[in-house]
Amino acid sequence: MLRIDYLTVPGLPPLRFEVAVHECMAIEGPSGSGKTRLLRAIADLDAADGFVFLEGVERRELPAPEWRRRVRYASAEPAWWGTTVREHFPATAKLDRLLPALGLEVALLGRPVAELSTGERQRLGLARAIADEPRVLLLDEPTSALDAQSAALAEELIKFQLLAGRMIVLVSHDVMQVERLAHARLKLGELGPWPDSLSASAAA
Amino acid sequence: MSYVQLSGTDLALAAVLLVANGVISLLFGLRLETSLGVAAVRMTVQLAAVGYVLKFVFAQTSALWTVLIAIVMVLVAGYELVERQERRFRGWPAYGLGNATLLLVGGLATLYAVAVVIRPSPWYAPRYVVPILGMVLGSTLTSVSLALQVLTEGAERERAPIEARIALGATRFAAFATVRRRALRAAITPLLNVMSVAGIVSLPGMMTGQILAGADPAEAAKYQIMIMLVLTGASGLGALAAVYGGVLMLTDARHRLRLDRLAAARTTG
Repeated sequence: MLRIDYLTVPGLPPLRFEVAVHECMAIEGPSGSGKTRLLRAIADLDAADGFVFLEGVERRELPAPEWRRRVRYASAEPAWWGTTVREHFPATAKLDRLLPALGLEVALLGRPVAELSTGERQRLGLARAIADEPRVLLLDEPTSALDAQSAALAEELIKFQLLAGRMIVLVSHDVMQVERLAHARLKLGELGPWPDSLSASAAA
Repeated sequence: MSYVQLSGTDLALAAVLLVANGVISLLFGLRLETSLGVAAVRMTVQLAAVGYVLKFVFAQTSALWTVLIAIVMVLVAGYELVERQERRFRGWPAYGLGNATLLLVGGLATLYAVAVVIRPSPWYAPRYVVPILGMVLGSTLTSVSLALQVLTEGAERERAPIEARIALGATRFAAFATVRRRALRAAITPLLNVMSVAGIVSLPGMMTGQILAGADPAEAAKYQIMIMLVLTGASGLGALAAVYGGVLMLTDARHRLRLDRLAAARTTG
């Protein structure tokens, strides 16, 4: 269970919601409404007041790197620090099933990142976020650069992550995708300014 | 040791060459004659003042005076270090990082060179401590400045890859691995170049000075070798300390990238 308790992201009222194991919570709202900022705050990538509990453990109780190994933020535009794809994955990662599940060949690992298409990079970014099996996935527009077929594969993989007992917070502009994946939704635009709605419970 | 002492007339004769430069500037309309004069006067006053200060300090041979002048040297070097940075940290931490690095590395390297390698009597003899500290600070200043330059620039340009690694659970040092390595290489490469060409392209300044002062060239070479080794070691350690300190300052205790701690880029004139 991921529990957000009065988390105060700049520009947003304090938020309260829960995401249970096997569940996907969709965050909706117009561009600039703070969806990415909310995901980054949950991963403790930006400072924010309030609490985030994962299975009863608040984020500040753990060293930040340990928290982010459990609560993983995956950006819409994954960034790369090395030359080849392989350098970006942990040596122990089991990729021989993960990559084909996204329609990617394992041989891609030896290729320079710079030669890959935007869509390949986005799928590799998703694979990289999942590879070491974090408990929570914070997915920011995971299929924005994908064609319909690749997006369908990515969605299947996301569903499989839910079946495997993970929790997902999803930001997506694809209404149909939210319809297919989300068990609950949080609309950021409709919350109104603080303190009118101190608690914003997710509507099922 | 004997050497030809210079009189005021000798210095005036040397100034003839500078005057020749001024004439060239006038003839070709370079408009540099005023700056040339100001720079020459500044240089003369500064060096003369340093000469007299050192003469006084050397005459005392007291630990207190040696430490005092060492502190002044570190403070000036620390200030110069920050002035050289294009992207510096906001407020006092900028000076804190520079001065701490220079004090730590300059102090240790100088103590080691003087107290362990040269062993003059007394060990704090300013005639040895001050010139060696000066050379160590000068060399470390260049390396630290280069290292911090590459580090801060790299942190800014590679913000996204660094944050990607942080998001994947890397510690702040692991997230900076690529930039860190580049910063250290940039700082250490010039040192290697200096060592490789030492004595071939030009005689190092200290060795030249000793030879002019009448020292046996072979003895002067030994001193120069010792100094080069100490300078390279100190500069490398200084760059290492600055890069680690710099990473700590560019991130916070929760391992977040904190580029907001850098002041806005200055427009270079």
